[in-house]
Amino acid sequence: MTATMTPTRRRSHLTKGQLPKYAPWAVLGVALVLGAALINLIGFNAFGWGIFTAVLFTVGLVAWSGAVEGARKAKDKLATCLVVGSFLIAVLPLVSVIWTALVNGIPGLLTPGFLGTSMNGVTGAADNRAVENGTKVLGGVYHALIGTVQITAVATIISVPVGLLTSVYLVEYGNDRPLAKAITFFVDVMTGIPSIVAGLFAAAFFFLVMGPGTKTGAVAAVALSVLMIPVVVRSSEEMLKIVPNELREAAYALGVRKWRTILKVVIPTAISGIASGVTLAIARVIGETAPILVTAGFATAINNNVFGGWMASLPTFIYTQILNPTSPSNPGPSDQRAWGAALVLIILVMLLNLIARLIASIFAPKKGR
Amino acid sequence: MTGSSASGRAGDKVFSGTAMGAGILILLVLFGVAAFLVVQAFPALVAKPADIQGGAGFWAYIAPIVIGTLIAAAIALVIATPVAIGVALFISHYAPRRLASGLGYVIDLLAAIPSVVYGAWGAAFLAPAIAPGYAWLAANLGWIPIFAGPASATGKAILTAAIVLAVMILPIITSLSREIFLQTPKLHEEAALALGATRWEMVRMAVLPFGRPGIISAVMLGLGRALGETMAVALVLSSGALTASLIQSGNQTIAAEIALNFPEASGVQVNTLIAAGLVLFVITLAVNMVARWIITKHKEFSGAN
Repeated sequence: MTATMTPTRRRSHLTKGQLPKYAPWAVLGVALVLGAALINLIGFNAFGWGIFTAVLFTVGLVAWSGAVEGARKAKDKLATCLVVGSFLIAVLPLVSVIWTALVNGIPGLLTPGFLGTSMNGVTGAADNRAVENGTKVLGGVYHALIGTVQITAVATIISVPVGLLTSVYLVEYGNDRPLAKAITFFVDVMTGIPSIVAGLFAAAFFFLVMGPGTKTGAVAAVALSVLMIPVVVRSSEEMLKIVPNELREAAYALGVRKWRTILKVVIPTAISGIASGVTLAIARVIGETAPILVTAGFATAINNNVFGGWMASLPTFIYTQILNPTSPSNPGPSDQRAWGAALVLIILVMLLNLIARLIASIFAPKKGR
Repeated sequence: MTGSSASGRAGDKVFSGTAMGAGILILLVLFGVAAFLVVQAFPALVAKPADIQGGAGFWAYIAPIVIGTLIAAAIALVIATPVAIGVALFISHYAPRRLASGLGYVIDLLAAIPSVVYGAWGAAFLAPAIAPGYAWLAANLGWIPIFAGPASATGKAILTAAIVLAVMILPIITSLSREIFLQTPKLHEEAALALGATRWEMVRMAVLPFGRPGIISAVMLGLGRALGETMAVALVLSSGALTASLIQSGNQTIAAEIALNFPEASGVQVNTLIAAGLVLFVITLAVNMVARWIITKHKEFSGAN
């Protein structure tokens, strides 16, 4: 081997040159300066500066690494730059979403009475007055909050027993029977149903049964159940599967019936996982807009009856306030209410997610593995 | 003794029967979804062409919005997939360990933000911010049909809607791919590194081949979400006739068409919109089936499961 080595190649692969530790920082500094210079040629803005800097940094670092360390290390550096770059690209819009919601939502949320009043009697004239006189924006989300809580509660009451029992069937009784396989397959299919199609299904069903134009909170709850059941089945199934078989066998050995084993041993062991799965499912459907829009209509007044009359909800409230402002000439107050409602909705979803995490971590069973 | 055992046996029967009943109920519901949609959609399929919106029959009505749906979802997927895989790799293999678990949690939270909030963001922030870019594209690249002018002055074009969709499905694809990447056998990774592979070579040789079916299923799930997503498009896009240009106002998607028109619809228009929903249902069903088929085809090679 050594005989074939060319004399110019004095060092082996392993000890070949490496970039100094400060290399990325040096390249970053140069890229920042060059980027600022370039962006000033076409007019300065922070976004363009960031883009130019990132491109220059990548090119500079990869070229330097290629010259000193060789092609493989350079390729590695390029991949690292792309991966970190894609992370930064992804973070920008997501941070922007949160930031927009906070900046626009806090004034609405802090308006006195925002959470305690409905939109009943709030007209375009009232909004115009609020803009002209600079007085406080009237109206709030109380009716929508009531609607969201009621519709979601009814959907949960329908979905949890059905979903939980189905997962019990799949795990405890299924044994790869054709029926169990069919259920697993169709639950997967159900996961992919677009939310608006679920809404149309509920609407079409109630139009046939109760007469055309039936729009109540209960219809919306049925639509949400169609979306929620597969989520509950999936998560509960996973949780029941990780219950150790030794527990079941111990119960059988003591002569306990299968149904009592499931109710007293299997489900209590998995209850924390099931509860957190259900909470996540609630968080998923609470923000659904489209199915509620086509099934519950839209109301401006408080409606406490799930089974009669149109009902408002937070997502549809946001949607209609943005798309059809109460006062078309002054959309400002409507926007403020919409963003306030959006912030309330985001906080609700985040809280539900946090609760799910807490349930899962605090009440986690001791794993038998 | 015999009494209690008899009641126990009855309890067993009742319980297993109820559990099976719940499973059958799910099948019935799904069957019902299809059946009721077909029944309610039927009048639109047989209605006189003049009765359908546009006056040219159902298929002339549905074709442009199907194409609009596919365009928006395809652009969203093209934007979101590489970025999402990059982010998932960053969280699973590049970020410092302590940062990674926090980031994973944040991504999960972002996946839970309601779509109407993304739609509101697109309408209030993204569209005005991106409008000058469209004007520039129309002026300089206008000879390419997809960038033909006049650009939408408000920025409410199908490209904006597609970008909002991409932002929406990004956390979903990321969080699913990350789970898959984290399951890569540690021994494979360490073997690659021990043979002198750089980090990228390790990712390319050990992580990506292992995760391929998972990535495909994550992307397909994202596609399903993008196809069926309503609010982001309804709020962001100022809809109109089908145009090739992505930066003019115009185009429409099925889901947004339903959401915008259903609340005020009456008569045969209700049936038309339900028929449109049926078409959307069939499309998403096909996407899901293809995804499942790809996963089962690749499963045996991947070592997953």
